[in-house]
Amino acid sequence: MNDKHPSNQPERPSTQIRWRHRLWIALSMLLLVSGWVQAAEESTTLNSITPIGVVQVAGEPLIAKITPDIADGDTAEPIAAPRPSRSDYPNIGVSSRAIVWILAQLHLFFAALVLAVPLFVLMIELLGVYTGDERYDNMAYEFMKISLTGFSITAIFGGSLALALFVLYPDFMGYMMHVFGAQVLVYAIFFFLESFFLYTYYYGWNAFRYGNLKWVHLSLGLMLNASGLTIMVLANSWATFMMAPSGVNEVGAVVGNIWEIMKGPLWNPINLHRFIANIAFGGAVVGAYAAFKFLSTNDPVRRAHYDWMGYTSNFIAILAFLPLPFAGYWLMAEIYAYSQQMGITAMGGILAWLFIVQAVLIGTILLAGNFYLWAGMSRTDGSDRYKGLIKYIAVVLVVCFLIWVTPHTLILSASEISLLGGSHHHILGPLGIMPAKNVAVNLMLVATFLSFQLYRRSDKVATVSWAPMGNALMVAIYVVAIVNIIFLGVYYGYFTNTVYKVGSSVVQVASTLVVIIAGIILDTLMFRNAKTLPSHWGRIPDRAQYALFALPIAFTWLMGLMGYVRSSVKTHWHVYTVMKDNSPDNFIPTIAYAGNMITIVTVLFLLCVLFMFWVANLSSTRQAKPAAGGAV
Amino acid sequence: MKVLLKTLGFSLALTLLFTFVTYLLPQVEGEAPVEKEVDLSSLTMDDFITLGEDLFNNKGTCTLCHKPAPLGRAPDIQGTDMVTLSDERLADQRYQGEAKDAAGYMLESMLDPSRYVVATWGKKGTNDSESPMPAIDKPPIELSAIEMDAIIAYLQAKDGNDVTVALPSPEDAASVASTDQKASDATALPAPATTVEEALGKYACNACHAMDSSDTLVGPGLVDVGTRLSKEDIRQSIVDPNAVIAEGFAAAMPADFAAKMTVKELDMIVAYLLEKK
Repeated sequence: MNDKHPSNQPERPSTQIRWRHRLWIALSMLLLVSGWVQAAEESTTLNSITPIGVVQVAGEPLIAKITPDIADGDTAEPIAAPRPSRSDYPNIGVSSRAIVWILAQLHLFFAALVLAVPLFVLMIELLGVYTGDERYDNMAYEFMKISLTGFSITAIFGGSLALALFVLYPDFMGYMMHVFGAQVLVYAIFFFLESFFLYTYYYGWNAFRYGNLKWVHLSLGLMLNASGLTIMVLANSWATFMMAPSGVNEVGAVVGNIWEIMKGPLWNPINLHRFIANIAFGGAVVGAYAAFKFLSTNDPVRRAHYDWMGYTSNFIAILAFLPLPFAGYWLMAEIYAYSQQMGITAMGGILAWLFIVQAVLIGTILLAGNFYLWAGMSRTDGSDRYKGLIKYIAVVLVVCFLIWVTPHTLILSASEISLLGGSHHHILGPLGIMPAKNVAVNLMLVATFLSFQLYRRSDKVATVSWAPMGNALMVAIYVVAIVNIIFLGVYYGYFTNTVYKVGSSVVQVASTLVVIIAGIILDTLMFRNAKTLPSHWGRIPDRAQYALFALPIAFTWLMGLMGYVRSSVKTHWHVYTVMKDNSPDNFIPTIAYAGNMITIVTVLFLLCVLFMFWVANLSSTRQAKPAAGGAV
Repeated sequence: MKVLLKTLGFSLALTLLFTFVTYLLPQVEGEAPVEKEVDLSSLTMDDFITLGEDLFNNKGTCTLCHKPAPLGRAPDIQGTDMVTLSDERLADQRYQGEAKDAAGYMLESMLDPSRYVVATWGKKGTNDSESPMPAIDKPPIELSAIEMDAIIAYLQAKDGNDVTVALPSPEDAASVASTDQKASDATALPAPATTVEEALGKYACNACHAMDSSDTLVGPGLVDVGTRLSKEDIRQSIVDPNAVIAEGFAAAMPADFAAKMTVKELDMIVAYLLEKK
């Protein structure tokens, strides 16, 4: 995170405190990692035979049971998934799918926000402890304050969603409850735990501010995050079970234990993807708050504060956003591995056009993020050294953006097809397929990292003797990576078959990651003890703040869009291959209909977020005591 | 208030811009498969072929993968004479299926796509021994026998070959309807084996294990397995075959019996093997 905030350099913590910090972090990491490792481990032999382990053969004498307390339920015949007819779905006069769509999406928006904010709040708070600078602590507290109402709103929409599902899709919900059983109670328990840690973490902020009590407070934050993440992965298992059911047989009868039901092939890819995306989304939303506060005041001190807050939020959002395409790639690869048909329905079938909209949205995010970084360079005098490069980065971004949004198939009349000599334009056709888009998106990510790197360097002058060599190495890494990305995309994308095309995209992604990782490592080493140039928080054009509004709007719309794609790849199945959707809404709607729905949920979310921010500010507003005459 | 209005206006305009993009794209609805009624008494072969073409392009979802290179994720079918190609595949020494003619090969490819995997088109890491194609008589596609015949008729006719599949008769339709009814029964499960012989046959245990000798087929002979393994060991070696692998053997036994077998079947097989001493 940028440490160029308008404060004096803090004192270094003592050795003893540093040791305590390290011990706490080590224990925290151990706790988290052990949880994940436990969750990721393959089920043991015992687990794998548990569901069928102690059943007796009918009519035969009893044989010894493995555990005597296993219930009679184990001997019950497995129950297949229900097959409701159209008349089994309640008709309330409006589209049941539309109601569930709106409630589910609003619940997910707020759930993403309130899971993400405590994550980076904990990191910022820890940074405050490390640096000894209370500004970090205050900012972290402010982030928590503005998102606090979000927890209640999440619960309200979650409860409404559950109610709507039970009323509108009774057979489906009955089946899901049958499959997941007591796991839902575990979910509820973690919900209570999260609430406990949330309120003690937030309201105990100032009570546990210094010394050992600060570590108690950090531990509360850690437990808050652990509870939140557990809730997320439990809920994810419901969605991934619907996409790729596991632990059930071909007619949906439960044959596995709850762990086998949860750990379907798409569970971990979704867990990772949502974890990262939530952070990007949360960062973007609180960034809009900072931008609004920045624009609403002329006080230089407050503008400096909110400029710094906005920068930090944008930093979090973009940093989390950069690896997101790779997590998305893993998810799609797993979808293809699970069912090629499902993968192609998403990427090459009726839903494929939605990825043009996705390109517009991600292009907006990258352009807005870059624009904000370029505008932010005006904060520092040393940025003049790099401003000349901005126009080239802008050209790369725009060209790549245009390639990315180029459709493969054009909507043409018969005469236009005749003029073109076919349904595919001889230039636009090749640019419309995935290899061209892979090149474009990787180059956009590399260009965005370059903007970020230049911004970071703009207030520093390297003092190490090998700085020219380091710069040359960095340039060489960029050149090799860019050549590699383009060569792989062109050669394997157009001159070999699909199998190699897919394989080459992994290497393209690796090239992009090498640039990012090498850039971070090299700059960390090269700018150690660097000379720092003056920077001025608050010295940024007002128009730059609109980039911080564009980010959450594009992120929200993007989440709505990709959530719709994820859900729709099941086509006419509630639970893919085991429970058909026979409701009146079991078709995939037109793209415009989906666009309207996503806009509705985005606008509703925007209004709810405004309410959340307003309530947060209300708590720090105190009405002046009325004068004796009654005037306020 | 001015800032609020400006930021709200900007946000709303951007949201509507994204919505506008969706209006520029083709507006197509993806209908769920619907049942079609075909009057078999007046069905001609031309109708049957047309039905096959419709199934190939829509309900069968064949064109999702079977497209011309470089777009396809499976070999191109519509641009290939499948009858000639099927004959070539049947003559290929890699072919291990049971089909005798082109129609049989095409049917086999739909029911059990891994019987013959075209070189380079297999699942990643399987060395072309496993096909990524789903069995199309099972969910999510679930074509009936008549529908698969219609597709074969289309694939034969599209390149001017003789159609060798017969037109379905009303009796066939009654048979299919009966099967469909069974499948759609809410409580329908795969028919469980009632005897141990049925169970051994159902899961093709004999294909890899000699039951009455110690000869090694793919896996070890099981004539005396009851003396070597306890009941729990036998149970484990079925439901989790990779937990302990007999020395000198590769991990080739299917690992999904735990999901496929009923408890009764498992107990019958375990009891049967335990008695082999």
